[in-house]
Amino acid sequence: MSAEAMELTMGAAINAALDEALTSDPAVFLLGEDIMDPAGGVMQITKGLSTKHGRDRVRETPISEQAIVGAAIGAAMAGLRPVPEIMIMDFLAVCADQLVNHAAKLRFMSGGRTNVPLTIRCLHTGGFQMGAQHSQTLEAWLCHVPGINVVFPSTPADAKGLLTACIRNDDPCVFVEPAALYGATGPVPAGEHVVPLGKADVKRAGSDVTLITYGRQVHDCLGVAAAFEGEIDVEVLDLRSLVPWDAEAMLASVAKTRRAVVVHQAVRRCGVGAEIAAFLSEELWGTLAAPVLRVGAKDTPVPYAKELEEFHLPSAADITEAVRAVTK
Amino acid sequence: MTTVSTEAMTAETLLGMFRTVSRIHACDERLRGLLNQGKIFIFYYSPRGQEIIPAAVSACLSADDYVVTTYRGLHDEIAKGTPLRPLMAEILGRSDGTCRGKGGPMHISDPGSGVMVTTGIVGGGIPIANGLALASQLQGDGRVTVVYFGDGAANIGAFHEALNMAAVWSLPVVFVCQNNRYGEFTPLSETQRVEQLSSRAAGYGLAGVTVDGNDPVAMYEAARTAVDRARAGGGPTLIEAMTYRLMGHFYGDQMPYMDQAEYQAALAADPLPRFRAMLLEAGHATEEQLAAIEAEAGAEADDAVEFAFASPAPEPLSLFEDVYAEVRR
Repeated sequence: MSAEAMELTMGAAINAALDEALTSDPAVFLLGEDIMDPAGGVMQITKGLSTKHGRDRVRETPISEQAIVGAAIGAAMAGLRPVPEIMIMDFLAVCADQLVNHAAKLRFMSGGRTNVPLTIRCLHTGGFQMGAQHSQTLEAWLCHVPGINVVFPSTPADAKGLLTACIRNDDPCVFVEPAALYGATGPVPAGEHVVPLGKADVKRAGSDVTLITYGRQVHDCLGVAAAFEGEIDVEVLDLRSLVPWDAEAMLASVAKTRRAVVVHQAVRRCGVGAEIAAFLSEELWGTLAAPVLRVGAKDTPVPYAKELEEFHLPSAADITEAVRAVTK
Repeated sequence: MTTVSTEAMTAETLLGMFRTVSRIHACDERLRGLLNQGKIFIFYYSPRGQEIIPAAVSACLSADDYVVTTYRGLHDEIAKGTPLRPLMAEILGRSDGTCRGKGGPMHISDPGSGVMVTTGIVGGGIPIANGLALASQLQGDGRVTVVYFGDGAANIGAFHEALNMAAVWSLPVVFVCQNNRYGEFTPLSETQRVEQLSSRAAGYGLAGVTVDGNDPVAMYEAARTAVDRARAGGGPTLIEAMTYRLMGHFYGDQMPYMDQAEYQAALAADPLPRFRAMLLEAGHATEEQLAAIEAEAGAEADDAVEFAFASPAPEPLSLFEDVYAEVRR
């Protein structure tokens, strides 16, 4: 990390990454609903950017997710680097055709003669009582489509560095922002800061069990690991990007600890955890001291009532129980 | 034929369009012949009957203007200038195809001729055309984007979102609906209440016009107006080009859903012989000149077919290329 770091929230770090991208590369532009000033985005993440960079490059759109992503695809094919905002991850379903059938496949279908360097920013919630259509964590859908990069930051510094890497990447990226972490602060390098895609981060070294996670759950896992201090030595691996993912880091960690628990906010069934569990079982069969366990949300839509939502989402207690199960 | 005077159009422009439709027709004939002979086994969506539309539009475009089209796109791609050899090789799934055999006829891309996207998703290309046009607007490169789609696409959400956005941003884009009166196996009367799809443009605040797409002069004039408007910064246009699908949805379609009287009338009014007769009657060309253009187009199509059959199959490991910028395994 640069000596020149300042304490920023994740929201401010994302704003800084967008500001620097708009400043340094004339091909970059933003488009989305409510992103212009004075609103500056529904979560104020793009605040000040239309005032500074103009309404052409920080561009308001109708509520038309297909048209937003389609416009970004076309502009990207023509040499620009659009950063469309699809406000909440659940709304990716509204523009799935553009993302899945077009953005993800145009490089391939053209035999490499076209490419689509766009970065869709979207946030995910959960735990805010926003109900079943505004609280989903849907990264597994995206990981199942070859041709898209899927990126999931957990700290302000990573948010800045990974978003910068996405915008500079020559393929479509979906950058998922955990809304619960927008206000969380951390040191963020000033000026240019790039975190390469596909590089996991060992947040805490340990020898008994590896917690493989990303996004908001990184913090839950670190809390559980701290609580086990002196009893079970827990390693926490933050994947940071799911496609591409850091296979080497996962294998190195689990080959050492021989036990792994995957933790994510998405529902367990067919989640990223299932893919990681299968991958580790295939690669480390015979080495593992316990089955790879998964901690995720229960297989239901996200409910509204506070008590139901708390029951639906994975908790620190669920992670604790899984760590005990694989180490007993 | 047409009531519009041909005086505004030069013989050179008309003969250029005739050359284009002859090349389209020759390739289409070759592909149907190969299917009939059992030499190829592919799903083929023939543009037979719709050739005039892109020939007229392309006569108004520059080489670096962009085109987006659909799976029934052979005529649009050839009209825009996609070279026939790699085009035919792609249709046959060969390594020398425009897309190295990975796209196929439903997904032709040839950026060299401005053909950026061919989509197999009805209506899916319309929002992307806006993005190409937006890039031209932001970069001030003066390009125009044309997006072709069928009448069926006018009932999908992407069409409506895209028309509205293009109007709001005054994009240099021309929406060309090739209204061939059938969406897959269903006549238009079953799926829409409006008389003309061009009336939908008014709902979004852009210019809309219906034209006989099988009339070379009327089609050219409509395209000229729309392309000039887009290039001058006057914003988008929806052109509804009326035409007829002479070979059904896919080649081999028995067309039980077609009104036989209507179909026979459409065959009798085949736009290609009519165009040919018009050129002769107006004295724009002699029989020998037209026959020479057709012979040249036929020879070029034969050469493209030969090239395609001689092209090797794609290497298996090329599968892993072009998924991302770097090869991931």
